Amino acid sequence: MPDAATKALDTADMRRLRAQARKRYLHDSYVLWKRNPITVTGTLIIVFLVLVALFAPWLATHDPYDQILAQRLMPPSWDNLFGTDNLGRDIYSRVVHGARLTLMIAVLVAAISAPIGLLVGVLSGYLGGIVDEVLMRLSDIFLAFPKLILAIAFAAALGTGLENAIIAISIANWPGYARLVRAETLAIRNSDYIQAIQVLGASRTRIMLQHITPMCLSTLIVRVSLDMGAIILIAAGLGFLGLGAQPPSPEWGLMVSDGRNYLVDQWWVSTLPGFAILIVVLGFNLVGDGLRDILDPHQRQS
Amino acid sequence: MNEMATNDVTPRTDPDAPPLLEIEKLHVHFALRGGALMRTQATVKALNGVDLTLRQGEIFGLVGESGCGKTTLGRALVGLAPVTSGSIRFKGEDLIDGRRNGDGDEKWALKIQLIFQDPYASLHPRKQVRDLVGEGLHINGLAKNHEIDRRSLEMLERVGLGVDHLYRYPHEFSGGQRQRIALARALVLHPELLVLDEPTSALDVSVQAQTLNLLKQLQQELGLTFLFISHDLGVVRYMSHRIAVMYLGHIVEMGETRDIFAAPRHPYTKSLLSALPSIHPDKRSRRIVLEGDPPTPIDPPPGCPFAGRCPRTEDRCRAEKPVLHRAQTSGVNHAVACHFPETP
Amino acid sequence: MAAGTPNTTPLLSVRDLIVRFYTLRGVVHALEGVSFDVGREQSIGLVGETGCGKSITARSVLRLIDPPGRIDGGSIAFQGRDLIQLPETEMRAIRGADISMIMQEPKMSLNPVMRIGDQVAETLLIHDKSLNRRTARAQALDMLASVSIPDPKRLARRYPHELSGGMAQRIMIAMMLVTRPKLLIADEPTSALDVTIQAQIIELMNALIDDIQSSVLMISHDLGVVAETCDRVIVMYAGQVAEAGDVETVMSDPQHPYTAALLKTLPDQVDADEPLYSIKGNVPSLLTPPTGCRFAPRCEHAMARCHNERPRAIPLTADHQVACFLHDAAPEPAAEPAAVPA
Repeated sequence: MPDAATKALDTADMRRLRAQARKRYLHDSYVLWKRNPITVTGTLIIVFLVLVALFAPWLATHDPYDQILAQRLMPPSWDNLFGTDNLGRDIYSRVVHGARLTLMIAVLVAAISAPIGLLVGVLSGYLGGIVDEVLMRLSDIFLAFPKLILAIAFAAALGTGLENAIIAISIANWPGYARLVRAETLAIRNSDYIQAIQVLGASRTRIMLQHITPMCLSTLIVRVSLDMGAIILIAAGLGFLGLGAQPPSPEWGLMVSDGRNYLVDQWWVSTLPGFAILIVVLGFNLVGDGLRDILDPHQRQS
Repeated sequence: MNEMATNDVTPRTDPDAPPLLEIEKLHVHFALRGGALMRTQATVKALNGVDLTLRQGEIFGLVGESGCGKTTLGRALVGLAPVTSGSIRFKGEDLIDGRRNGDGDEKWALKIQLIFQDPYASLHPRKQVRDLVGEGLHINGLAKNHEIDRRSLEMLERVGLGVDHLYRYPHEFSGGQRQRIALARALVLHPELLVLDEPTSALDVSVQAQTLNLLKQLQQELGLTFLFISHDLGVVRYMSHRIAVMYLGHIVEMGETRDIFAAPRHPYTKSLLSALPSIHPDKRSRRIVLEGDPPTPIDPPPGCPFAGRCPRTEDRCRAEKPVLHRAQTSGVNHAVACHFPETP
Repeated sequence: MAAGTPNTTPLLSVRDLIVRFYTLRGVVHALEGVSFDVGREQSIGLVGETGCGKSITARSVLRLIDPPGRIDGGSIAFQGRDLIQLPETEMRAIRGADISMIMQEPKMSLNPVMRIGDQVAETLLIHDKSLNRRTARAQALDMLASVSIPDPKRLARRYPHELSGGMAQRIMIAMMLVTRPKLLIADEPTSALDVTIQAQIIELMNALIDDIQSSVLMISHDLGVVAETCDRVIVMYAGQVAEAGDVETVMSDPQHPYTAALLKTLPDQVDADEPLYSIKGNVPSLLTPPTGCRFAPRCEHAMARCHNERPRAIPLTADHQVACFLHDAAPEPAAEPAAVPA
């Protein structure tokens, strides 16, 4: 019955085969990624953002907080690549340093709201009944308001400051994820492969954690990456209203806000940080679209 | 059709074999909810009083068209369909009470397993074969780590797969291979009863042949009992020792495979057998084409379930529900639920 | 049986059709030199297993091959015109009017938010611009009655989800035959249906097709269904035609080893105590198909030659061709290699 193949199979063999399988999976992912130029572009933008954030001190030409009032509102030149703002700070250096803040906000909001949404969504979708009713009515309350308004309300209630802004945006964000995950869970909870696990005797907790969550994860990741842009925009909006990051921190939204009085005559003060927001939002959106394909097992069949 | 059963097939069911599974007066009704306040709108009567006994080591075929309740019956056995009333006893132990009292799922998982119809839908798309097959061992605490891989591999080899397949994902396999993986997943727990819900209907004929051969071989080697559900009469004839024909939640005819194929007593069985397309021109002439669609199991009519489509319906059929009883002048185990059974 | 007389040109003539799919893992050689004819008022069954290219062949005829797939060669002559060369606008005029297609899942082909009567009427209006809505509706009711639907008036007001599979397939048939197409392509028309309903649909199709005198190209994996509905059968394997001929002949006396093996695997052919015949090995990957005969690696009669050369279709009789070297009377080193179209 178990023949030579079984005996010969030791732990080392298994490790090797596993590694091969992983390599194959990664290679397929790579090919799927490469096949779509839009995804490649998006990825390059995000990689660029991360690099800028990492090497900000070296890339910056000036101290982002250094005010030289004599050189306020200077147009872009070799000395000040993006010009200077109303306090004479170098806008280029501030945009470069702002990448850190932007990335931090986006990543933290995603890291807080996505798991909450996932948990609520899976519980609600799989358990159904009263649990579903309670959780979904709760999320309906949040969804009844536009995200930005909700974030503004929470940020105002929690008080100004970057940390509070991140919490406020997360609170406004999770119900969307919960809804999405719930819909996904409902679609797969009665699928054959989940029922097959049930027939094997799995507990409900195990089914939710081990079998439903991984299926929801890819949809959620795609959605979150598409949302990154919106998160940055809300953060910028809060900064603009003075509820998020506080001056003098080089947050992009804040910088756009600072420059609004000078929009007509000194366009660069608002426009160039605005461009930074635009490009990064675009980058996350492009990556999100591509991830949808890469994470879809059906794409691998062909 | 009759010709193909006159080949002398020896009855391979041992009538003295101990009963493995006894189903009595099994009813499964679902409430269809809808509208405001989710009120019950209608009741789907999927199973209406099914009596059935499976003997140890036999392959029992369950035949019928979609909506006849054959799939529901299989699912009720593994706890995927809610039982409204009736009893299911496995080796004398009440399965429904057992499940209700919560000692349920793990315990019964080791005794009864189910193979789904569509191998493309029954395997988790993000799990490697090793995790798919080993999941049952893990859940039931039968093995750990390396031992899971070893036992999974052992079972994979039994179903004709190998070490190369252990760490692959379902999308890398063909339909036939996927069904083998599903088979390994069920058999790694060493169940006594395997419910097979149309296991080959999603497969090509040549793959179907391989799969059926494998199933027969495993059944004999492992001493399994099969409840083989299918709409394909050719497959059921080949596989089963005994057959039950279902219509609208009722068993209308039951008996040794060869008896039913040689001399169907219920008009429905007769037309079902005659409707089977054949590659042999001489077997085609006597087709009885039934009028109309099968009635839905939502609020079915009283009386005989087949009365609406039966070519020989009489008043009695619409009023009184026929019970399954042994037909005279036919095999010992041949039973039919009809007021006016066909004479052989 | 109304086989096309040999002196008239066939209705549809497919020659050396090549279809490839340019996928993630490489080029899938889905069809490699497929040739066959469909005569007038002839019904032809296209049989084979999943992936043999039967559906792709049918879709090619309608030029419905979606990327990453592409028709890379060959010709599809329909009433003397090569469909591959036609501009898309002319192709659109042919689809539905001269060539119709019935799908496997009738409910998926019907618009779920449109009443049945309106859908049938819509089909009439698309193809006959002179009709007004009222006459189209009346004609639609006649059509429904013609496919033996009881109480067509009531049914016309229903939505597709209220229908059974058999009813929906009847309606699809009604819609597809309303233009009296010259060629009807039926892709597994009864596979999703129960046996007793399948029998009804087969009878209905046979009757209607006789009535409007169209040709049928029926795709099926079910040899029994093909045997009961078609005059001729084409057996495909791994993107090539293995055998083509009169249904009775092919089914009772198959000449290609694959056809023979396929027939032997049917479970209603054997005694329950014997194991079923099974073809050794697996269907080859069409990414790297075998160089010679694609069935050679699994064939019990394979010779050295089979692995190197592609067999051409060899006529056994006027109506029976088989692509197998077992029937090649020519001397071993064939004068010309397998016909490889440019």
